[in-house]
Amino acid sequence: MADGSTPPGGPKSGPLLSVRNIARYFDVSKPWLARVIEGQPRLLLKAVDGVSFDIPRGQTLSLVGESGCGKSTVARLVVGLYRPTRGQVEFEGVNVTALRRRSELAPIRRRFQMIFQDPYASLNPRWRVRDIIAEPIRAHGLMKDSGALNRRVDELLRLVRLAPADGEKYPHEFSGGQRQRISIARALSSNPEFLVCDEPTSALDVSVQAQILNLMKDLQRELGLTYLFISHNLAVVFHISDRVGVMYLGRIVELAESKALFAAPQHPYTRMLLDAIPDLEMSGRGRTPVAGEVPNPLNPPTGCAFHPRCPWANERCRREEPVAKPAPNGALAACHAVEERRIPEKTG
Amino acid sequence: MADATEMSARSAGGTAPAALQRAFDSDIFYSFRNSPITMLAAVVTLLGFVGAIFAPWLATQNPFDLRTLNLMDASLPPAWVEGGEAKYLFGTDNQGRDVFSTILYGSRISLLVGVGSVLLALVLGVGLGLLSGYAGGSIDAFIMRVADVQLSFPAILIALLIDGITRAILPREAHDAAAVYVLILSIGASGWVQYARTVRGSTMVEKNKEYVQAARVIGRHPFAIMLRHVLPNVMGPVLVIATIHLAVAIITEATLSFLGVGVPPTQPSLGTLIRIGNNFLFSGEWWITVFPGAALVIMVLAVNLLGDWLRDALNPKLR
Amino acid sequence: MTSTRANRPLLEVRNLRVEFPTRRGTLVAVDDVSFHIDAGEVLGVVGESGAGKSLTGAAIIGLLEPPGRIAGGEVRLEDKRIDNLSAEHLRRIRGRQIGAVFQDPLTSLDPLFTVGQQLVETIMTHLDLSEAQARSRAIELLREVGIPGAERRIDHYPHQFSGGMRQRVVIALALCAQPRLIIADEPTTALDVSIQAQIITLLKRLCREHGAAVMLVTHDMGVIAETADRVAVMYAGRIAEIGPVGEVIRKPRHPYTIGLMGSIPKLDRAVARLVQIEGAMPRLTAIPTGCAFNPRCPKVFERCRHERPDLMPVETNHAACWLHAPTLTEATRG
Repeated sequence: MADGSTPPGGPKSGPLLSVRNIARYFDVSKPWLARVIEGQPRLLLKAVDGVSFDIPRGQTLSLVGESGCGKSTVARLVVGLYRPTRGQVEFEGVNVTALRRRSELAPIRRRFQMIFQDPYASLNPRWRVRDIIAEPIRAHGLMKDSGALNRRVDELLRLVRLAPADGEKYPHEFSGGQRQRISIARALSSNPEFLVCDEPTSALDVSVQAQILNLMKDLQRELGLTYLFISHNLAVVFHISDRVGVMYLGRIVELAESKALFAAPQHPYTRMLLDAIPDLEMSGRGRTPVAGEVPNPLNPPTGCAFHPRCPWANERCRREEPVAKPAPNGALAACHAVEERRIPEKTG
Repeated sequence: MADATEMSARSAGGTAPAALQRAFDSDIFYSFRNSPITMLAAVVTLLGFVGAIFAPWLATQNPFDLRTLNLMDASLPPAWVEGGEAKYLFGTDNQGRDVFSTILYGSRISLLVGVGSVLLALVLGVGLGLLSGYAGGSIDAFIMRVADVQLSFPAILIALLIDGITRAILPREAHDAAAVYVLILSIGASGWVQYARTVRGSTMVEKNKEYVQAARVIGRHPFAIMLRHVLPNVMGPVLVIATIHLAVAIITEATLSFLGVGVPPTQPSLGTLIRIGNNFLFSGEWWITVFPGAALVIMVLAVNLLGDWLRDALNPKLR
Repeated sequence: MTSTRANRPLLEVRNLRVEFPTRRGTLVAVDDVSFHIDAGEVLGVVGESGAGKSLTGAAIIGLLEPPGRIAGGEVRLEDKRIDNLSAEHLRRIRGRQIGAVFQDPLTSLDPLFTVGQQLVETIMTHLDLSEAQARSRAIELLREVGIPGAERRIDHYPHQFSGGMRQRVVIALALCAQPRLIIADEPTTALDVSIQAQIITLLKRLCREHGAAVMLVTHDMGVIAETADRVAVMYAGRIAEIGPVGEVIRKPRHPYTIGLMGSIPKLDRAVARLVQIEGAMPRLTAIPTGCAFNPRCPKVFERCRHERPDLMPVETNHAACWLHAPTLTEATRG
């Protein structure tokens, strides 16, 4: 890498990123006056409510769940687009949430970047690709010499399998997949170690998705990147991750090694999600469609939030909120039924 | 912002022909070429500006230089009417001033006030709108309440108010000299709200787009994001408003001058000319007021047509 | 495709061509597409964005957005041409004989009327029933599509339903005149995985019970695998391959289908890299000559660059690929 990089400091041993009991509530109540007149209380949407995980250097952790489960909010909390209501984000042991001043944040900001979902909205339509990719370098003042900067942008374009000549074009001249490559090139331009990828392929066609997933895997190997990967697509998550966290209504209900999670899902919700995936191989595997829908997050169920849809729910589930505990396959599962071994093991 | 110059020279200069090519290729240029009325309006507007800017060279006399005036030529009708003279195309007024020349000089003042007040309103409105939309919260609430209060007064009333205040504090000579700037200030200050509201709306849409979030993740300063990312993407509607506002500003100026609170008769705008000419309408010297009036109507109509076309061209969904 | 069958198919599309005239020339979005759907059959139409799959569906029900137009070919429903009918006539067919389910349920539901009003109106337009009968039929339909408390929910407005429930209402609306054919364009794309499975199961069951055929347009191979009897794979406005769903998925013959299947991440086996089709779907303004897939095809040879392949029988499937030309050996030698 070129002159812009500084050697990563801090301890090498611990996890690169560590999220501790993070929560984010959104105030969705009506304006003050209307609320007072109608005599209604404040309405809090608990988008994320106590999420913890670690990501070791060079690994990929995925958060998976249905819309409204809070996975994208976690991504935005990690990169600092939202301030957490409580909890903290540690990057190499440094509590990033405590940093307020731009001067303190800048050196850390350079080291993590984000890739967004919509390749049509994530690039400024009025900017040339070259300037889009160079923005992080310029923002952090990593390169003063414009010749070196241009060479670096050319190198980045080649890195994401585009041509240096593409730098002179505008985003609308590219297809969705190519735009996502540009997005990746921009994210990589400040030599970050950590990328937050918020549904980076869900707006893309499958064949393009394959290109982007392959590229992300190649880049991870070549540059030693660490990913936090957000997706609703279990097959994509299985393909890309080392570890997977399944989210439901603002919490992680199960966190496990990817292989273990897909081979032997513990939490009833994970089981249902896996069952819901269309069977491409048409092996005739029987499947039970998940019953019910995600409840209104403004008014979540008592106890375990999943209990109204859970076939194994009992009185305790309705009353008591489960905490994450180690399950047989080495996973962490927040479920009374798993803890009490109430769920029969699946055969076949 | 040091950013203004940060775009690489390579992207700025090297591809000018390509940029020109893109402009000719664009849908906007296409819709321009396919609308004869728009092309006519553009030509008329252009002629108006050229006439105003080059008035000293185009006019047959300087109507405000008393030495060039000949009282013997006073109140001559237009050239094609019996008694008219060829060198006074639109006739002369009661002091022997060539009406054609006064129109050229008058439109100079009208356009100066028009363009000046549009620029003032635009800078003020776009700035406040960006800030309001991007910052949100109490800043937004404050700016928008000020805008609401402002909107409850008609523009003419605000202009009269500002004019009255300046008359009260400035001596008469100073007021006459500053009259143009007072007009720009009063018309500009009453027009910013529309820009601010539009820009605020578009800013609130743009700021939630992922490219703005990407810039925030990169760690750009909020002002840099507003100016470099959001501003270029909210300027489309602003151009439309500015064009239509130009027509409104010219009319407002004419109205104020017609009412006698605008520019003084020593330095007349089209509105002043119409007011002066009005006195001679009943004595049969219709040309003194009709030609400046026609010039005003044609100019405003042309600018309005341009604005309408621009609105449709930039927003294809409206068609 | 042209084999003689004793029974005429329910829907027959022959050489359909959809064009978009623009000022830079005419874009051909659907080009020479032919297929049929038998009564009670589910035909999946799969392809990536820009393949022309949605436009094919829209052309059949006469809902092409102008300036798009059918520029050639014909569409026959129960052996009667419907592509040249008047707008009014088509509108009647659309409700009575062809039902439609779109990706966004809100485009099919009027926000200003309760779902009951919309169902009753549609039922009474097409079936000879009194208002009370229509209403009880509407409640029955809502119950059938799995809406709890149908008697109460019938008087709710569309915005009072969740996305999944709304799509159920749309399915009820599409089924209420007992059409012979349902065109479902990405019916589950906007929904969550768990809801998706519910809707697919529902659509499949209802169509079987009501004896309706389905043209299921989607980009999701998984949905097709679950639902369809046969599948047509589209690429750049043409059908690349068509055949029984199991055959196409397990043993694709067209290089594009092979690449497409390989590029889908699968849960039952871990692979280091997914199969990658290089490049991107061509824009309509620049469709390559010869086989549209030739610049991306790993098995391309000379003939592919000049001559456009038509669908050719390959065992159970039909594939538009010169690899499967009967005279392949001669062609490559000559």
